[in-house]
Amino acid sequence: MVVTIFRNLGPYVPAIKAAWGKTFLIFKGFCFLHITSTYVISSVVTSGPSMLPTIELRPNVFLMDKISTRFGKVSRGDIVVLRNPQDPRRFMTKRVVGLEGDSVTYISNPDNNDKFETIVVPKGGVWVEGDNKYKSNDSRNFGPISYGLIQGKMFWKILPFNDIGPFWNK
Amino acid sequence: MATSFLWNYTKKFVTASIITVTVSDRYVTVIPVRGDSMSPTFNPKSGSLMEDVFDDYVLVEKFCLGKYKFSHGDVVVFRSPLNHKETHIKRIAALPGEWFSTYHNSDVVQIPLGHCWVEGDNTASSMDSKSFGPIPLGLIRGRVTHVVWPPPRIGAVKSIPPQGLAFF
Repeated sequence: MVVTIFRNLGPYVPAIKAAWGKTFLIFKGFCFLHITSTYVISSVVTSGPSMLPTIELRPNVFLMDKISTRFGKVSRGDIVVLRNPQDPRRFMTKRVVGLEGDSVTYISNPDNNDKFETIVVPKGGVWVEGDNKYKSNDSRNFGPISYGLIQGKMFWKILPFNDIGPFWNK
Repeated sequence: MATSFLWNYTKKFVTASIITVTVSDRYVTVIPVRGDSMSPTFNPKSGSLMEDVFDDYVLVEKFCLGKYKFSHGDVVVFRSPLNHKETHIKRIAALPGEWFSTYHNSDVVQIPLGHCWVEGDNTASSMDSKSFGPIPLGLIRGRVTHVVWPPPRIGAVKSIPPQGLAFF
């Protein structure tokens, strides 16, 4: 039975081989893309008001570097992409304000500018804030985040075209 | 001739490794379980001389990371909230929004949005949510489904919620 099927397949063998070769090539390309975007470099689209005025309201495209965060090279002032601790399917862009052991003073409610609070960032934690203190859901709301939630560090802006260029130290 | 042979070999090796890494990142992977914090589910005989030889190897599926939907009693692999380089295996005891009280402690805590409470099966020696609190679901790297090594212990991992816990 099986033998007859194979015998009838005879004329098609080259076509099947070619199709398999193409599929495998596409799969390899996909794997290569996965490795690059997980371990080396990845693009990210931002939108929303929380990082004004550093990042505008309209959608922007950035490149993020995934190497340095993997090796723990995140410093105060870096703009990072992290998984939303309140909804793991979403991502957010924030600025690192404090690393573990730092004591951070922040205004808990910027609308009436008088209440300051101070907190020491616990081990393994990072304190992140948006640049727009008035409209940002960040550590002032949900507390320090785990370092493991950080996905990468912004380093290059690629869209819109008139604004293309390096984005570190911003 | 020798160089082309070497080149072919390197090419095959690189292809095989990128495929392996991709599959283990996105779909399924096998990892060893160290320590006795999940005993008796994993490493029931931990502590003996042959400990390293008899470490359990478990199958971890990553499909759950698409939707982050978990249920009580799922055994999950996650990055430690205290040190992002460490990976832990624990059982989910409570999910976001639930009120939860630990066994030995009368405190009742509400699990924050997007977090879960994880505990080891071996309550006596386990570094889990009792010491570092609820963990964000975003730290989870996969769900353990089967024990694949050693041969006598091959089998599915049951999804049983930890005993003696109160839910409100």
